[in-house]
Amino acid sequence: MANPIAQVVAVTGMNLRNIPQRWSSSLVAVMGIGGVTLVLIALLSIAAGFQAALEGSGSEDVAIIMRAGSTNELSGGFGVDTVTVVGDAPGIKKASGAGVEKDQSGKPILSPELYVLVDGKMKGKDASTNLPLRGVSPMAPLVRKSFKLVEGRMFREGTNEVIVGDGVVHEYDGLEVGKTVKWGGARWNVVGRFTDRQGIAESEVWGDTRVVQQAWRRGNSFQSIRVKLENPAALKTLKDALTKDPRVRVDVKSERAFYVDQQKLMSTIINYVGWTLAIMMGIAALFAAFNTLFDAVASRVREIATLRALGFRGMPVAISVLVEAMILGAVGGLIGGVLALVLFNGMHSSTMNWASFSQMTFAFTVTPKLMVTGIIYGLILCFIAGILPSIRAARLPITAGLREL
Amino acid sequence: MFRWLPIVWANLKRRKLRLVFTFISILLAFLMFGMLDALRTSLAGVVNVIGADRVLTMSKINMTVPMPRANYEKILAVPGVKAAVPFNWFGAIYKDGKRQIQMQATEPEAFLKVYPEIKLSPEVTKAWIQNRQGLIVGPALAQQYGWKVGDRVPIRSQIWRKLDGSDTWQFDIVGIYEVQGTGVSRVAAFCQYAYWSESLQFGKDTAGSISVRVEDPAHSDAIAKRIDAQFENSANETKTATEREFVKRLLEQVGDIGAILVSVTAAVFFTMLLVIANTMAQSVRERTNEIGVLKTLGFSGQSILSLVLMESLVLTLSGGLVGLALAWLLAKGVGVAIKDYFPSFHIGAGTFTVGIALMVVFGLLTGAWPALTAMRLKIVDALRRI
Repeated sequence: MANPIAQVVAVTGMNLRNIPQRWSSSLVAVMGIGGVTLVLIALLSIAAGFQAALEGSGSEDVAIIMRAGSTNELSGGFGVDTVTVVGDAPGIKKASGAGVEKDQSGKPILSPELYVLVDGKMKGKDASTNLPLRGVSPMAPLVRKSFKLVEGRMFREGTNEVIVGDGVVHEYDGLEVGKTVKWGGARWNVVGRFTDRQGIAESEVWGDTRVVQQAWRRGNSFQSIRVKLENPAALKTLKDALTKDPRVRVDVKSERAFYVDQQKLMSTIINYVGWTLAIMMGIAALFAAFNTLFDAVASRVREIATLRALGFRGMPVAISVLVEAMILGAVGGLIGGVLALVLFNGMHSSTMNWASFSQMTFAFTVTPKLMVTGIIYGLILCFIAGILPSIRAARLPITAGLREL
Repeated sequence: MFRWLPIVWANLKRRKLRLVFTFISILLAFLMFGMLDALRTSLAGVVNVIGADRVLTMSKINMTVPMPRANYEKILAVPGVKAAVPFNWFGAIYKDGKRQIQMQATEPEAFLKVYPEIKLSPEVTKAWIQNRQGLIVGPALAQQYGWKVGDRVPIRSQIWRKLDGSDTWQFDIVGIYEVQGTGVSRVAAFCQYAYWSESLQFGKDTAGSISVRVEDPAHSDAIAKRIDAQFENSANETKTATEREFVKRLLEQVGDIGAILVSVTAAVFFTMLLVIANTMAQSVRERTNEIGVLKTLGFSGQSILSLVLMESLVLTLSGGLVGLALAWLLAKGVGVAIKDYFPSFHIGAGTFTVGIALMVVFGLLTGAWPALTAMRLKIVDALRRI
């Protein structure tokens, strides 16, 4: 009995083998921990999905140019003169190669855009919600590298044709390819459906800028220009050139930075709420685990005393209780994580993106990191719950324990 | 029944640590329930406190699309309309603030007619009407930026632009309004439509929304329909709904908050149910011998049943009530902190009623199984068991 590790293994093994005899209270502890991790992971997966939808939308090598002081595409606006100045600025990639129309070849890749909101009716809801309609130039697909038409065709310039993002088709009524919608005085034909890496563009409807300008009586004004940069480092070149140019007053940001800003507030709030709830629920679950473990020790008083009489030390006994605790935590955390994955991962939802005042769709995203977070949280809870019972087990007076019936 | 309370108490006290832990678990569960339910009912409550005698007219295309200001005069002529006022969202930013101020351009006299809950002294009203650059601000907004009456403040618009290309307007703060009730935000500001509109580069003579006060709230829906009929088939079709309906729609856009809150609460309670049920089962198992003794002394099976049920009820009710009381205190504190943004946040009588009902249900549910086991226990078995 000299080897402490052998003692730990022996006592722990014995301890674990008799869990089935007290399965009901162990089950309670496991389910308590599982419930907590499920709620935690589910709430955090909302934040992760929101974050993924927005951050995934932004590229480092795309710059977004808006009127100075604008924080979103809804506000602000500038005339066609600004577009000309931006087109001549350095750092912008020129169109070439496959997929580029002849008359576009050699020109800087830029898309002056107009962003307006229209009412759309969401599936299963009575009220209408703010659906973004983006007037884009023919080069818009070149600026967004993951843009892909998956159904129908591109809109024709100068017509009331629109293409819709994949998320829009899922969430809204009457926007399938082939349908016609009425916004304002005009009717719009849906001619195509596109995807863009599940980014925010998929929550939008696209039409020809000129037609949108006309329908919304915006003259020849735009709200943002997206340009493809030669490389991410060219952002600084472009920024310096445009800030120094007295003819324009614009802010230049990388598209990624723009979207990261948009999701910050929302995901911070969700994370905060998620953890607050998880910690409060965690305390309740911790007590459940504590009760279970205490009970386990109490039911094994004679057994532990016998082991001690045989020469086992207190430490291995204490460790065996802690190991049992950790196993309860790991199993509970795993169950919670797997349930969250099965129940919520990929579930589509939509919410108001306050930064652009429009609806955006996102998917609950249970990332491996979140699963690990949940399981670790379960382990920590059970570890804390196991401390007192393990100390009690180690300190059990041998004679009294043996006498106990 | 009450004469048994000492026995119940003695039983609860057997394991003090376990009692304390279970008590805290229940307390926390009901604290969470109180706060979550307060959030849910208060969100729903926002909708109910908003004036029922007002309807809002906006563009049918979307709320961000402006209408011609002329719509406003046409609406005034609709039968059943008492007063109306146009609003334009200013997109206001003060200094290097990141977030827009809730500032609207409006017409002072009409505004005060449509919103009688806004309280201004006659002098301030006069000053506001006479000073084209006059701005009235909510008490909380004035506090936030340290504004005082008489201050001249430059405010930048993220949306509009002046003819000269600048986007900054100068305003004189002529008064700080008070709000009776909760119909108008206390962090808002209102400037004169004329001053804003005259210098615009684009968007002149438009109205973002038109707020209409109706003579009889019972006819709001009919009047809303009449207003929309005025503009049907024009290039500027409108959509009119009560303010209540409008706020409800805006809340719906955020997502189904109600459903999320209810499911989280359900998960919290499920966890808690397990915790108490486990505790009760353990404590009854430990007392098998004692129950045998009680039965030998002549306690009937039913008495034992009620004893155990009382024990779990005392546990859930005491923990739950303390938890709800704490939630009430916390909600009061939070309510004061956020009163300018979310004035109706509080725990209502409904939450207490539901909470107490839940405590009773949980007490009975968690006690049921151990109580039945105890009741059915045969004396010989109980006394033999070690």
